[in-house]
Amino acid sequence: MSAGQLPRWVDYGLMPLLNLAAAFLVSGLVVLLIGENPLEAVEILIWGSLGWNEGIGFTLFYATNFIFTGLAVAVAFHASLFNIGGEGQAYVGGLGVAIACLALDRFVPWWVTLPFAVLGAAAAGAAWAFVPAVLQAKRGSHVVITTIMFNFIAASLMVYLLVNVMGKEGSMQPETRTFEAGGRLPLLQDVIPGLDFGTAPLNLSLIIALLASLAVWVLIWRTKLGYEIRTFGASPTAAVYAGISPVRITIITMMISGGLAGMMAINEIMGSQHRLLIEFVSGYGFVGIAVALMGRAHPVGILFASILFGMLYQGGAELAFEKPSITRDMIVVIQGLVILFAGALEHMFRPALIRIFSFARTPATEAA
Amino acid sequence: MFEMIILILDSTVRLSTPLLLACLAGLYSERAGIFDIGLEGKMLGAAFAAGAGAAVTGSAWLGLLCGIAVSIALALVHGFASITNRGNQIVSGVAINFLAMGLTALLGQDWFRQGGQTPPLPTEARFTSLNWPFAETLRDVPIIGGLYSELLSGHNLLVYVAFLMVPFTWWVLFRTRFGLRLRAVGENPAAVDTAGISVTWLRYRAVICTGILCGVAGAYLSTAQSASFIKDMTAGRGFIALAALIFAKWRPVPAMFACLLFGFLDAVAIRLQGQELPGIGEVPVQFFQALPYILTVVLLAGFIGRAIPPKAGGTAYVKERT
Repeated sequence: MSAGQLPRWVDYGLMPLLNLAAAFLVSGLVVLLIGENPLEAVEILIWGSLGWNEGIGFTLFYATNFIFTGLAVAVAFHASLFNIGGEGQAYVGGLGVAIACLALDRFVPWWVTLPFAVLGAAAAGAAWAFVPAVLQAKRGSHVVITTIMFNFIAASLMVYLLVNVMGKEGSMQPETRTFEAGGRLPLLQDVIPGLDFGTAPLNLSLIIALLASLAVWVLIWRTKLGYEIRTFGASPTAAVYAGISPVRITIITMMISGGLAGMMAINEIMGSQHRLLIEFVSGYGFVGIAVALMGRAHPVGILFASILFGMLYQGGAELAFEKPSITRDMIVVIQGLVILFAGALEHMFRPALIRIFSFARTPATEAA
Repeated sequence: MFEMIILILDSTVRLSTPLLLACLAGLYSERAGIFDIGLEGKMLGAAFAAGAGAAVTGSAWLGLLCGIAVSIALALVHGFASITNRGNQIVSGVAINFLAMGLTALLGQDWFRQGGQTPPLPTEARFTSLNWPFAETLRDVPIIGGLYSELLSGHNLLVYVAFLMVPFTWWVLFRTRFGLRLRAVGENPAAVDTAGISVTWLRYRAVICTGILCGVAGAYLSTAQSASFIKDMTAGRGFIALAALIFAKWRPVPAMFACLLFGFLDAVAIRLQGQELPGIGEVPVQFFQALPYILTVVLLAGFIGRAIPPKAGGTAYVKERT
């Protein structure tokens, strides 16, 4: 079952596609089960997400969230760490964004607030990953378990803060006041002339997400730290022999990962909601796991996977609108199936593929 | 004051029951070396199946069977991914949580059209309270009467099942051949394999045990504690059970105490909502909600004794290298 038995294009192209096809096949069966036509559903889904300007805008807006949470999981993957706490880190990241926006929005234009908001989001997310990271590095407590626990602690903390500390005065809603213009990112269509995404909240965060993808690529494959992260991920013992400190790498990697997850909040809070509210993360952190798995922890792959999941979100909303019996929960089902087939069952087709390709190759080698 | 303590303890028992069942469920799987963060999903799937089954057939027992069947099916998916295909156990658990969350809401809406709920169950289709003999007559006896008629008597069957599962699980794990092998396969699967016992089959059996108990836990939620399935009704209980499992260091009797503790925190939080504590003031509900997780993290950090997981946990067994 080791790598190298298959051509690279099969490993990185054909196999993920097969896994995805399996996931969609089962999703189709679910649609059949509730008495709708799967082909029609696919048509609505694709048209709803890519067929019109506003749909594309929403697809890319959702994709922006997935890029951040997907990158977060991917960076940790390279160090063989499983950061399942993107959900909590993004949630607390919202706190960082909100503090920056609430403090500055009445005094300065948005482009002055933005760096502080980015910094706040990244710092808050990184801080939320710091404790699990230290416990993993120094105490050996499994980072998966501690980050799960921190997701729940974050949820309680944020509800407390929004209800008792940051809530809007004279309102029972657990949310902060709405940011003024200085705390709002401009829409992409207002910045780049000629674009029109209707009412879709697609904003400058997409550019930030693309820059973050580039930065992650440079970090992992073009810097000394990235080399150390990958070495540590491939073999912790070898890394120690090479003089790489496991404690340092674990903590730094987890904090970068948490920071990226936290930056998701820029898109949601500063870009779209313009206020901090409860449960704005709503699963994006967990789906980041699927995005990173499908994208094989590479920024380019993550970009494609994010767009795919963005399509699912937007197309699924259209689907729920057109076919009331297929509720938005269908998206959750499809996500679950994609995580299952592209993640947990990723090697299911490998033995069969190895047989096919070694069969195809054997006569050729004999002839030579 | 005494009345209030009894009432809090009484609701502690009720709130601990699903935690305890799920926690013991996780115990079988994790002791066999299969990490399971999909307890939540299995419970949710079972709660839906039990609620739907009981509503359609009018029998709580058939509902329970439906719940167990669905939970075992999800457990087998987890087994197929992590044992047969050697996939990542964490990822598989996340997938199962997503699947259960989506499918229960989707199918619930399609089948019953009540906003994702199952139809409310009549009393005869639920597990109702069993009153012990003399519970009513003894009620007025000071102290013992309260303890007997409120705390011991008057729970539904599944509560007693949950607490009886504790000694039973202890007996299975530590006094039977199956239990010895199950623990061995979680610590050193190669040794079990060398002894000529199938690691795969043993782990599958452990995962099925997990499925059965999660099924009971789910059925408890929808057919005993409440009278219907409600969307996302597990509300993180599967993860609290997981925390309790770690808190108990993967042992059955401490698991019971951990679940009772977490259930107690929940009961106190409900009781104290909006009330002032003398000397402290109002304690936010969220603090009690977060406390189980905080305690587990502190434990994991090694400040209250170390929690050491089964050695082979989380890794698939590879019989031979290719």
